[in-house]
Amino acid sequence: MIEADGVGRTFTVRRQVVHAVRDLSFRVAAGEFAACLGPNGAGKSTTIKMLTGILTPTSGRVTVAGLDPSRRRTALARRIGVVFGQRTTLWWDLPLRDSLELVRLLYKVDRKVFRERLDEMADLLDLGGFLRTPVRQLSLGQRMRGDITAALLHDPAVLVLDEPTIGLDVVSKAEVRDFLRRLNAERGTTVLLTTHDLGDVERLCRRVLLIDHGRLAFDGTVDDLRATAPGRASIEDVVADLYLRSRGTPRTPHPAPLPARDLPSETA
Amino acid sequence: MIRTYALLAWTWTRAAAQYRLSFTLVTLGAFVVGGLDIAVIWVIFANTDTLAGFALSEVMLLYGASQLAFALADLLFGNVDRISQHIRAGTLDVMLIRPASPFAQVAADRFSPHRIGRAAQAAVVLGVALARLEIPLGRVWMVPVMVASGAVIFTALFTLGGALQFLLTDAPEVANAFTYGGAMLNQYPLSVYDARIVRGLTFVLPLAFVNWQPGLYVLGRPDPLGLPSWTGLLSPAVALALAAVAALAWRAGIRRYRSTGS
Repeated sequence: MIEADGVGRTFTVRRQVVHAVRDLSFRVAAGEFAACLGPNGAGKSTTIKMLTGILTPTSGRVTVAGLDPSRRRTALARRIGVVFGQRTTLWWDLPLRDSLELVRLLYKVDRKVFRERLDEMADLLDLGGFLRTPVRQLSLGQRMRGDITAALLHDPAVLVLDEPTIGLDVVSKAEVRDFLRRLNAERGTTVLLTTHDLGDVERLCRRVLLIDHGRLAFDGTVDDLRATAPGRASIEDVVADLYLRSRGTPRTPHPAPLPARDLPSETA
Repeated sequence: MIRTYALLAWTWTRAAAQYRLSFTLVTLGAFVVGGLDIAVIWVIFANTDTLAGFALSEVMLLYGASQLAFALADLLFGNVDRISQHIRAGTLDVMLIRPASPFAQVAADRFSPHRIGRAAQAAVVLGVALARLEIPLGRVWMVPVMVASGAVIFTALFTLGGALQFLLTDAPEVANAFTYGGAMLNQYPLSVYDARIVRGLTFVLPLAFVNWQPGLYVLGRPDPLGLPSWTGLLSPAVALALAAVAALAWRAGIRRYRSTGS
C-alpha cells in the first residue's frame, strides 16, 4: 500500500546541502498498522510529507495506494486521509460541523454517505457536544477528534497521522488510540503514524520503522525491537538505546538511579 | 478549480455576512478610499484643461478601466499574495493534502467580498467617462475586453508574485510593488512618464496593455511613442501569454516547495 524505494530529499540551507532523508526503502502492506519513530529532526515529517505529496522527493520513488504522490497529488488525496497533530486541517473560524461540510464538498462525498459516516464517527469519537463550536474554541482533544473525522469522511484506504497524540491528556489519548485500533481492525484501513509516545507503539502497532539521520535504522515488529536489547525492561529504554547508538554514544548498561533530592527536613 | 474556489469564497462570504454592519462599513470604506484617487485627478483638472494632452473624461476612462481591472483581480485573486503566510504557518501543507487546486484554495482563503466597494467605485468612474465621451460603437466593444484583459494581467502578476515567494520565503512586498504599484502607475495616461518607463511597461512588464494601449484604441488616438494603432488590440493575447507564464511559474513553485519544520 505504501512503498518507498531509495527515497531521498535534500534541502539547501545557506548554500549547504542538507540530507533530510537519504536512501530510505520500506513497504507497508494493506491493512498494516505501522509506527514511524525517530528523534526530533530525524526525517520523519519529511518522509510523511513525501508520502502525502506535499514534498517532491529529490531521489528515489514513492508509491502510495498505487500512485506517485508528487505527480498524482489530487488523485492520491481522494484515497488517503492525513492528520497533522501540530496543525488543524479544519477552518479555524467555522463551527466544526460547517468545516466538515466543506470537507465533504471538497472531497465530493455524497450527502447521504456523509450523514451516515458523520453519525458513526460522532458516536465513536463522541463529537456530539461540540459540532456547533467554532474550531478555534475547541480543546486540543476535541480538535484532534474533529481532524480525524475530517480525514476519514471520504473513507480512505490509507490513513497517515503525524504525531496524532501530541499534547493530548491521558483520556483523549486513550480515545484516539482506541478509535484508530478499531478503524484498522474493523475497516482494514492501513495506518501509518509518527509519534514520540511509545505508548502509541505498544498499544497499537505491530510494525515499527525507526528513522534516524534520514535513514532507516530499524524495521520490524515491536517484539523484534525489544529483542535488540534483552536487558531492558521498558520499550522506552530500548528505543533510547537505538537513538543513542546511532549517535555513537551508547548508554551505560544499567543506568544509576537518580540521586534523591534533599527534601527540606520537617523536624522542626 | 472553479468549483473549489466558489465553495470556499461562498463560505467566507457567509462568514463576513454574519457581521452585517462591519461588512457594510468596510465596503463603503473601500468605495470612499478608492474615490480619493479620482479626487486627486479632479484636483489636477481644476488647474489645467488637459493632462499630457488628455481631457478629463479621457483620463477618467483610462483610470476607470485600470482601477476596475485591478479591483476585480484583487477581489478574486489578491489573496494569492498571502502565500508566504501560508508557507510559514504550514497551512499550505493542509491545502496540498486536499483533492483541490492549491491555487484556488490560496486565492479563496479569507475571500474578502468588501473589496467589491473599490470595483464599484471604478465602475462608476468608467461609466461616467463613457457617458461623456460618446465613443463610436465600432470601438466601444474594446472597453469590456480591456477590463477583462487587464484583470487577467493583474491576476497573472499576483500569481507570479506568489510563485516568487516559494523562492524568497518572505517577500510579499516585492510582488506588491508590481501589482499595487502597477495599478497606481496606470491611473494616469502613460505619456506623463518618461519614454523609457513606458517602453518598460510595454515590452517587459506589460502593464501598458491593461488600459494604455487599448485605451488609445478606444479613444482613437495615436500612440505618442509611434506604435501602430492595432497594438491595443493585442491586450487579450498579451494577457493570455502572461497568464501562461504565471501558471508555469506557480507549478514550478509548488514543486520546489520545501514546507516548514514539523
